[in-house]
Amino acid sequence: MYNNRSKFLTLMLTLGMIFFYVPILMLIIYSFNYSRIVPVWGGWSVRWYEVLFKSEEVWNAVVLSLQIGVINATFATILGTLAGLAMVRFGRFKGRTLFGGMLVAPLVMPEVITGLSLLVMFITLKQLIGWPAERGFTTITIAHITFSLAYVAVIVQARLTGMGETLEEAALDLGAKPFRVLTFITLPRLAPGMAAGWLLAFTLSLDDLVISSFVTGPGANTLPILIFSRIRTGLRPDINALATIIILFVAACVAIAALIMFQQQRRARRDEQIASQGTL
Amino acid sequence: MSASAQDAAGKVSKVSTDSSGLLSRLARKLQSRWRTIVIVIPFVWLLLFFLAPFFIVAKISLAELKIASPPFTNMLDWSGDGFPKIRLIFDNFVYLWEDSLYFRTYLNSIKIAAISTFICLLFGYPIAYGIVRSGPVTKQLLLFAVILPFWTSFLLRVYAWMGLLADQGTINNLLIWVGLIDEPIRMLYNEFAVYVGIVYTYMPFMILPLYANMEKLDSTLNEAAADLGSKPSNTFFKVTLPLTMPGIIAGSLLVFIPATGEYVIPDLLGGGNVLMIGRLLYNEFSANTDWPLAAAVAIVLLLLLVLPMTIYQYYQGKATEA
Repeated sequence: MYNNRSKFLTLMLTLGMIFFYVPILMLIIYSFNYSRIVPVWGGWSVRWYEVLFKSEEVWNAVVLSLQIGVINATFATILGTLAGLAMVRFGRFKGRTLFGGMLVAPLVMPEVITGLSLLVMFITLKQLIGWPAERGFTTITIAHITFSLAYVAVIVQARLTGMGETLEEAALDLGAKPFRVLTFITLPRLAPGMAAGWLLAFTLSLDDLVISSFVTGPGANTLPILIFSRIRTGLRPDINALATIIILFVAACVAIAALIMFQQQRRARRDEQIASQGTL
Repeated sequence: MSASAQDAAGKVSKVSTDSSGLLSRLARKLQSRWRTIVIVIPFVWLLLFFLAPFFIVAKISLAELKIASPPFTNMLDWSGDGFPKIRLIFDNFVYLWEDSLYFRTYLNSIKIAAISTFICLLFGYPIAYGIVRSGPVTKQLLLFAVILPFWTSFLLRVYAWMGLLADQGTINNLLIWVGLIDEPIRMLYNEFAVYVGIVYTYMPFMILPLYANMEKLDSTLNEAAADLGSKPSNTFFKVTLPLTMPGIIAGSLLVFIPATGEYVIPDLLGGGNVLMIGRLLYNEFSANTDWPLAAAVAIVLLLLLVLPMTIYQYYQGKATEA
């Protein structure tokens, strides 16, 4: 009975994994194609990687995207952590419902709406106070922080809820001031969640096309904007090469992050076991 | 040492103690006020860059197109004497209602998003269930395999399908090589390609909430049902499915809401043949530079999605409280 079901589930899992990974695999294989026309195989070659590395336009886009990504991730982690702390640890406060709503809405808001609304916000601000003088780096970064911080807040909230409050309560009982409890106990324990949030915010920023396209200005082409403008007219072998590099880079980052998280979980579990054995 | 120098030295030391006093006062104030600060900083950021912009979009949707920068009229008309007149122009909304193109596009977006959501659920559910039923190490690996595409570029995953579905693409080449077909089947630049793209890119959003929900299920319930003579299919429909409803709702909304406003997929895979509202909005804004109309399109889309978003928020709130 169970065997039967698990056969069906195994089949679905296998099909699912094929569906997930074959397109990416084909993309990578065809990046090593000599032919100029992507789907026509012309033998193995790395010529499109050479074309890519010689392109100044691509390098500029990479640098711009990485800069925005790092600044965005850092600010989004700070703001998202504060927001997560407020939601999970502060009980009731004025405006909590509105605050919670604004934290969840960016996760599901269609990007075209977020992009358009941020653009008109920047234009209105410019009319009122003369800032931001021109759209580009700053406006893209602010836009990215706004949606990234919601993702960080989700991770931080999950981790805070999972951690429980026993250690904090113990510290408070022993006479520690709340601020000291926050900096010496809550934040260090929250660190892995914050690191995961930082990485997520970074990749979200590297990936964003729609919102960036709305709020960007002349000359500020991030990597997705550059890629999109090139592939709108069809397949391009140099974009296959670029895609391969990006995918392998991100996969390596995520794998390392997952390994760190996994090991930390195991260590925590072992510590808990030792602690519980000690009390017995 | 002269008296004046001593005086000066005294002043300096006094100043320095003053400033250190100020610093410690500041530190004390910070310590007593830190809770307020923790709330206020992200709150103000979201009010300024998330909530306020919607009101401005609403305002612009009630304006008229003007050849200027920015290209819309002002709501407050100062041209008269003394008090400004408020000019609200509902022309944009009337236009959206009367022009059948917009009506059909909204309808088509909802249709495509709904069908894609259903396909995601149909395949995502057994995949999530399969992951939950795996051994601990396999489970971690499979979970990682589902999350990984979610982290890698959305745009590039859509691009990957352009290569597979094109007339000269991998799938057509394969089918011709095998001998199943003589002429390439047209799979790119139509609605079929849009469905494939949405299901492919949004599938992780369906699987992950389902997994999180199923992981918490008590497997003894299934065993109890089996012991009492319930067939597996009966147990599934009477026990497992109702208990995983929160996961189904969360996953479906996470796919449906963004898919309705999708821009990249209809543009790259639909190639102008598929009407979707996100694409229309973007074109209204960038190609036609009709910002008031684009704003009106956005407001109507937002109104359509308010209900599903509220439901999602309700479930999200319940999930974090649990």
